[in-house]
Amino acid sequence: MKNENIKAIIQSWAPDLEFTEDSKEYVTVVVPREHLRDFLRKLRDDEQTQLDYMFCLTGVDYPKYLEIIYHLESTTLGLVLVVKVRTEDREENCVIDTVSDLYRTAELNEREIFDLLGVRFEGHPDLRRLFLTEDWVGYPLRKDYVDPVNIVNR
Amino acid sequence: MRQEELTIRPQGKTEEYFINMGPQHPATHGVLRLLLTLDGEIVKKVDPDLGYIHRSIEKMTEHDTYRQIVHLTDRMDYLSAHINNEAVCLAVEKGLEIEVSDRVKVVRTIMAELTRLSSHMLWWGVTGMDTGALTTFMYAFRDREMINDIFEETCGARLTMNYFVPGGMMWDIHPNFQKRVKAFLAHFKTKLPEYDLLLSDNVIFRKRTEGIGFLSKEDAISYGVTGPGARASGVHCDIRKKQPYSAYDRVEFKEIIGTVGDTFDRYRMRILEMWESMHIIEQLIDNIPEGEILEKTKAVIKLPKGEFYQRVETARGELGVNIISDGKKSPYRMHFRSPGFANLSVIDHVARGWKVGDLVAIMATFDFVIPDIDR
Repeated sequence: MKNENIKAIIQSWAPDLEFTEDSKEYVTVVVPREHLRDFLRKLRDDEQTQLDYMFCLTGVDYPKYLEIIYHLESTTLGLVLVVKVRTEDREENCVIDTVSDLYRTAELNEREIFDLLGVRFEGHPDLRRLFLTEDWVGYPLRKDYVDPVNIVNR
Repeated sequence: MRQEELTIRPQGKTEEYFINMGPQHPATHGVLRLLLTLDGEIVKKVDPDLGYIHRSIEKMTEHDTYRQIVHLTDRMDYLSAHINNEAVCLAVEKGLEIEVSDRVKVVRTIMAELTRLSSHMLWWGVTGMDTGALTTFMYAFRDREMINDIFEETCGARLTMNYFVPGGMMWDIHPNFQKRVKAFLAHFKTKLPEYDLLLSDNVIFRKRTEGIGFLSKEDAISYGVTGPGARASGVHCDIRKKQPYSAYDRVEFKEIIGTVGDTFDRYRMRILEMWESMHIIEQLIDNIPEGEILEKTKAVIKLPKGEFYQRVETARGELGVNIISDGKKSPYRMHFRSPGFANLSVIDHVARGWKVGDLVAIMATFDFVIPDIDR
């Protein structure tokens, strides 16, 4: 019931946004990357949604693009919304705006995604490798990554 | 009172300097390295350096079957092993659309609460040790031993249990299980007040923790802090209440919420949570219903195409399991939202302006388990 409400609210703001049926549990919406920051700020500040808590940030590698999945929840209203945003390609335009100033938890999570998947977050205050060393070559969580030392073929 | 307000600065200028805390520091509870920027003894910046024990569990899941993945997860937060296993099992069951029997649900809940008790006990022991009281460690391990024995009898292991599998549990509980859990509860009810006498009411400990390291409600939410650390700041973040799973919807318990949000409040949350955990177990231990131990699943589990998310409350906060499946026997991508990772991100914010000794106390009450952060 709650989920249907949030879908209606978002459709009243932007009627042409694409909703996906990937998750049966949560409403999932795909946002164009140029509107990501405005959209998340509205979701956070609007009276009807108040999605102030980002409880999960996932990066996924697809053959043509990388996808970032934001799981948002409202601590006051109990609403949950999943927002997805896609990069243009997997190489030089693998860039998405940072949301670390809107949700502070994103700061470390975006560093993790940069480290393991190679998505560059525009405007991030301190975008460095998090787990791996600075001189590491490649992004291990990408599907085409080949580890020259520990080769796993299954 | 913050140190800046007290210090009378000598003529001449002071200089900031770097110091490494860890990766082999006892107060970091594992191989975590903190790059501290200090001015005298005052913390100016905390920069965590991670990856010393990163095992790339998320990459390994892309090669493993769903049954195998369950066994990887108790290596993340090894003190909440049962709860981590449960999270993956629930996520897989959500994908398969099977519902486990009431017996499994109740046993899972009891095991999860025993895990929480055992984790909080160990935390209490090391918190005392971090703040200079070595005795607490011995007390906590004495009582924790009883829980480990209960786990060993039923699961065969004491730390990484691997007792839950998708569809249920590996085997039934040991015939002695109920008797021994009740004996433990009777024992621990007399011992928990001792914990208060020994540490909670200790003047030195109170001076080290009261009024130190405040975290506001807004910051806790923005930084994604969960668990007792956030509840001390007044955030209602207990998944057991918000989105009940297993048998939490049929037991009565209080969500412990603090008001102050300082280090002592975070400490107090966990002591009170231990009483609530015992209360939950008491309601269930005499009413374990009969039922199937293991629902029938195919030998190789394949989840349908889609995304399946499961949230559970571990001893440290919210654990999220995000499975993105493309219909094969391994997930296309699997992500763990670990509570320790989010809790670590707030350390820099909380510790700024406090002394190095306070930083140790602050870190103790956020209860980090490093494999959980590094995954």
